[in-house]
Amino acid sequence: MLVATVTTQQAGQSAGANPGPKRDPKTGRFGSSVFKKAVMAVTGIIMILFLIAHMIGNLHVFQGAASFNDYSEWLRQVGEPALPPRTLLTVIEIVLLVSVLAHGWAAVSLWRQAKRARPIAYQTKKRVQQSYASRTMRWGGVIVGLFIIYHLLDLTFGVANIDGPDATPYDRLIASMSNPVVVFFYVLSLLALGFHLRHGVWSATQTLGQSNKRRERAVNVFATAFAVVLIGGYLVIPFVVLTGIVA
Amino acid sequence: MALELFLEGDPIADTKAPTDVPIGERWSERKFRGKLVNPANRRKMTIIVVGTGLAGGAAAATLAEAGYKVKSFWFQDSPRRAHSIAAQGGINAAKNYRNDGDSVHRLFYDTVKGGDFRSREDNVHRLAEISTQIIDQCVAQGVPFAREYGGLLDNRSFGGAQVSRTFYARGQTGQQLLIGAYQAFERQVAAGNIETHSRTEMLDLVVVDGKARGIVVRDLVTGEVTTHVADVVVLGTGGYSNVYYLSTNAKGSNTTAIWRAHKRGAYFANPCYTQIHPTCIPVSGDYQSKLTLMSESLRNDGRVWVPKERGDSRPPQDIPEDERDYYLERKYPAFGNLVPRDIASRQAKNVCDEGRGVGPGGLGVYLDFAEAIERLGRKAVEAKYGNLFDMYARITGEDPYSAPMRIYPAVHYTMGGLWVDYDLQSTIPGLFVIGEANFSDHGANRLGASALMQGLSDGYFVLPNTITDYLSAGPFEKVPADHPAIVEAEEGVKAQVEKFLSINGTRTVASFHRELGRLVWDYCGMERTAEGLRKALDRIPEIRKEFWTNVKVAGDAHTFNQNLEHAARVADFIELAELMCIDALHREESCGGHFRAESQTPEGEALRNDEEFAYVAAWGWTPEGEPPVLHREALEYEYVHLAQRSYK
Amino acid sequence: MQLTLRVWRQPSPQVKGKMANYHLTDVSEDMSFLEMLDVLNEQLILDGEDPIAFDHDCREGICGSCGLMINGIAHGPEQTTTCQLHMRSFSDGDTIDIEPWRSGGFPVVKDLVVDRSAFDRIISAGGFISAPTGTAPDAHATPVPKVDADAAFDAATCIGCGACVAACPNGSAMLFTAAKVTHLGLLPQGQPERDSRVVRMIAQQDAEDFGGCTNIGECSAVCPKGISMETISRLNHDLLGALRAGAVPAS
Ligand SMILES: Cc1cc2nc3c(=O)[nH]c(=O)nc-3n(C[C@H](O)[C@H](O)[C@H](O)COP(=O)(O)OP(=O)(O)OC[C@H]3O[C@@H](n4cnc5c(N)ncnc54)[C@H](O)[C@@H]3O)c2cc1C
Ligand code: HEM
Ligand code: HEM
Ligand code: SF4
Ligand code: F3S
Ligand code: FES
Repeated sequence: MLVATVTTQQAGQSAGANPGPKRDPKTGRFGSSVFKKAVMAVTGIIMILFLIAHMIGNLHVFQGAASFNDYSEWLRQVGEPALPPRTLLTVIEIVLLVSVLAHGWAAVSLWRQAKRARPIAYQTKKRVQQSYASRTMRWGGVIVGLFIIYHLLDLTFGVANIDGPDATPYDRLIASMSNPVVVFFYVLSLLALGFHLRHGVWSATQTLGQSNKRRERAVNVFATAFAVVLIGGYLVIPFVVLTGIVA
Repeated sequence: MALELFLEGDPIADTKAPTDVPIGERWSERKFRGKLVNPANRRKMTIIVVGTGLAGGAAAATLAEAGYKVKSFWFQDSPRRAHSIAAQGGINAAKNYRNDGDSVHRLFYDTVKGGDFRSREDNVHRLAEISTQIIDQCVAQGVPFAREYGGLLDNRSFGGAQVSRTFYARGQTGQQLLIGAYQAFERQVAAGNIETHSRTEMLDLVVVDGKARGIVVRDLVTGEVTTHVADVVVLGTGGYSNVYYLSTNAKGSNTTAIWRAHKRGAYFANPCYTQIHPTCIPVSGDYQSKLTLMSESLRNDGRVWVPKERGDSRPPQDIPEDERDYYLERKYPAFGNLVPRDIASRQAKNVCDEGRGVGPGGLGVYLDFAEAIERLGRKAVEAKYGNLFDMYARITGEDPYSAPMRIYPAVHYTMGGLWVDYDLQSTIPGLFVIGEANFSDHGANRLGASALMQGLSDGYFVLPNTITDYLSAGPFEKVPADHPAIVEAEEGVKAQVEKFLSINGTRTVASFHRELGRLVWDYCGMERTAEGLRKALDRIPEIRKEFWTNVKVAGDAHTFNQNLEHAARVADFIELAELMCIDALHREESCGGHFRAESQTPEGEALRNDEEFAYVAAWGWTPEGEPPVLHREALEYEYVHLAQRSYK
Repeated sequence: MQLTLRVWRQPSPQVKGKMANYHLTDVSEDMSFLEMLDVLNEQLILDGEDPIAFDHDCREGICGSCGLMINGIAHGPEQTTTCQLHMRSFSDGDTIDIEPWRSGGFPVVKDLVVDRSAFDRIISAGGFISAPTGTAPDAHATPVPKVDADAAFDAATCIGCGACVAACPNGSAMLFTAAKVTHLGLLPQGQPERDSRVVRMIAQQDAEDFGGCTNIGECSAVCPKGISMETISRLNHDLLGALRAGAVPAS
């Protein structure tokens, strides 16, 4: 009925002792979950800066095809002849590519860690505090990622565009934005991005250790306002194209 | 005293305090005279420390730091959950930061007097001396004591003291002190100096050639029974208030470790000295599982009263001032609501016995903050006591800001415990006992905020210095695993476990515990009479008999089985209760927490009998059915004059 | 009142658990949640069934033992500990789901009891100030501004219950760790080890199968001691500072 007896001696290792740490702590700085979060925050902010600029650039559409194409052309020629063509654009592209990859790597890694952390799901789980935005970061991020790929094929390389790679950027834009299916996908992705940023801006502030009790509210209000303004700025384009204000 | 109650044994004395030097020099003299252990030798010695409360946690951390190999045991899942965590009010220290006339001598004096002259002067003086170092130590560890705007530590006055010497951390002093000790402990775990055994209960002591050499434990998760051997054993297993079933102690607090050591030969001193805390939330129903203490600090601003008329059932707000009896202020004008705990408790019982109690069952008195809220403003009261008020509101469903709280006394602390000498060594060589588990420095009554002080003093400063004298003769010869003492002890533990599971009766363990608790509360609680104690002594053996023939314990022996844990604890409580009643019956005087109705002044105050009872009653164990043996340790008062305590 | 309880029963870590139903009558409003379980358990024992195992000790809301997931919320509907939750928070006829904390870092021991020793190991990794007994200067040698002392205290009130982990969608122990890092990091005594403390504690936390924090805030919302999200920001700040300063823990 009783389990076998083990008698332990002084200074000896005991059978009943608690097991030590399950795994050796990862002491390397790259292993730390907080470090990964910091990577996400920094790359996220870089991408946000790009998005601000990109939104403003997109608004050239209101100044007509020439202005938009000129802007696109200008992007490719900045610094010429001192610098080779496409320098700025290439730098932006590299920075963005690295950012998105690093961001994605950290996201996947934390996602897997979170899965391990809750091997058995609750039968009943209620939300007390978490917002829709915070809950959808991961799948929202995936949608945004897919969108970026499609978007590049569509507008930068033009291979996925109805007008094809040889059309001007403006034409490609109008072509895509006139197609309800494409617009639907754009809108959906932009909304996902909006939620992603709503939580992301607050989260990045926390992750970088810049939040505190007093600022908490302000940061959250700012995050919401920022996401609304930014996504609004993007959404006007499919809206105006689709409704024919810009053609 | 009738002979059948107990047998008279040889007197006992503490031989370790160097009484040939003045009291203020005895502690340093003792440290000097005691032998030391060479640092290189410490590594070769193992110390078992049972308990991770303030006493055990501090001791384990300090001994490990000093270089010994420490093995630590506790029954909760984490060492941080030891019952010390629950202490609310504060910790005393003779820092005199307030410049209000405090000193080591005054703390010493207050504690001896507060203990109603039933404690050892040498021990108390040492405690007062060490008190200041405790605060320094804790601050260095990062304990966040309350501070003033200047950045210095805040103090308050507490439980019957006329100086402000109590350091506190809001209403969570115990938690903060324990976390400090726990962190020091965990630091030593990381350093590999402490081997930890969580959810492990000590169920017997192994005595080899007259020396404590190990413990038999049961792993509460797997049910495995094993023996651990060491050079010395330290018990810091806390108090036994749970013998009363309803008390302010944590549900797991027990007497098992010290009781089983007692059965192996350690004397049990003053078991009847229990402290009843005056400010607890009254019982609300039969299902009640424990009582909740409201910090005594509430009495600094709250006023205690009952209606003048018995059976006055009006809501408190409707009772006009002149129909209220602020009985503590009336009877004790100098101390008012701040009289020591034993007095406040007994007076509450008296007014309830007169039929003037309030709330369900008439077992409660009001603790009213209306005047304080008016004087200080609700904000200030909230800042000071907010968390306590919230706790009250949560438990009772009543709002203490708008109506007075109802409070009633509850068992809170046990001054009795294993007898130890000045070195904290029990009558079994090699068995040291610290914290609330020993019979402690508080005599017959403990002053508020001094248990934390004693636990940390024992753990951080006293034991690590006195244990060396014993260990200097070590390391001791190894004890083989098949030593008869080990085999016998282990078999005994296993047999008991099997016995519990085989009885398969009709009553739950909890029902026995409730019945026992009620009996001890009625007859060995706030007020004791010879008649009542005899009644209890008739009844306890019957309870014991029924327990061992009719208890029903669920589950089995090799899985996590909380019911089985409880059964073993209740078995020991039953035996302890009998000794408590014998002790209470033999002490035909009132002192501190022990109030014998036969021994009171005409005004109804406790009346000591120093001629006959100025001694510590140290009881030796005898097998069931035989009377225990009383060994008296005479108490002498060189520095504080014996006087009838008066708080008028 | 009458209640239906759906309780997670799992005899041992190796065995798969499941929900079991119990009906309870005559529950008083003034009972604490644990007293309600006590009543059920006595009934189960008399019926020859195995009582439900759950951790508890102080029953005063301070030891941190008594964590239960009640109707999907850590410690139930009030922001307090389970032992301080009273039946008046429920209504007659309610069905109450009771589950253990679920986290890779908190393996189930039995029924509602989990093993939280991972928390001890996180503290062991660095959650302390090295102050060997007897070496301390006078307590007044270093004044601490009251605001710092108060903020440190707020963080120090953590009772190690694990509700933060239980509630966090990522199963992260961030709030627990952050509370300790904040408590010690705000005090002058805690400065010398500030960098190495945070690096080690986070490393241990990650090693214990807890998730990473994505600032969701569920933890703070259920924390019985109301530990704030600010502590997490502080931890992050300290960690990034430590990494910049190159504080790599000595092994
Ligand atoms: C509600 C409350 C409030 C209080 N407030 C104050 C106050 O304000 N000021 C003050 O000075 N004092 C106060 N006290 C008293 C004080 O808290 C205790 O006396 C003191 O903390 C006891 O500490 P300890 O280390 O001796 O034991 P505990 O803290 O009780 O620790 C006992 C340890 O022993 C272990 N243990 C017990 N039995 C066994 C066993 N059989 N096997 C293995 N391990 C075992 C436990 O796991 C635990 O780790 C209060 C007490 C209570 C109940
Ligand atoms: C490749 C596709 C993307 C994926 C899979 C992804 C995923 C994630 C995830 C899982 C998080 C962490 C969740 C959290 O903090 O709560 C996150 C955070 C964040 N993401 Fe993304 N994301 C993607 C793209 C983007 C883009 C394009 C931007 C910005 C323009 C962005 C900005 C942010 C920001 C600012 C954060 C907050 C960082 C922090 O919490 O510290 N993400 N992302
Ligand atoms: C309605 C919304 C958007 C419109 C109309 C739009 C339009 C465009 C156009 C026209 C280009 C091609 C520019 C050129 O080749 O000169 C472009 C490039 C790009 N867009 Fe967008 N965009 C939108 C939203 C987004 C979003 C939400 C993201 C990111 C999450 C994004 C990321 C990019 C990137 C990375 C490039 C490539 C830039 C480069 O090549 O360096 N865009 N976009
Ligand atoms: S942070 Fe709060 S929820 Fe987490 S362990 Fe501490 S007290 Fe419990
Ligand atoms: S809920 Fe989890 S994600 Fe972070 S903020 Fe709290 S630990
Ligand atoms: S039992 Fe201690 S916190 Fe609930």
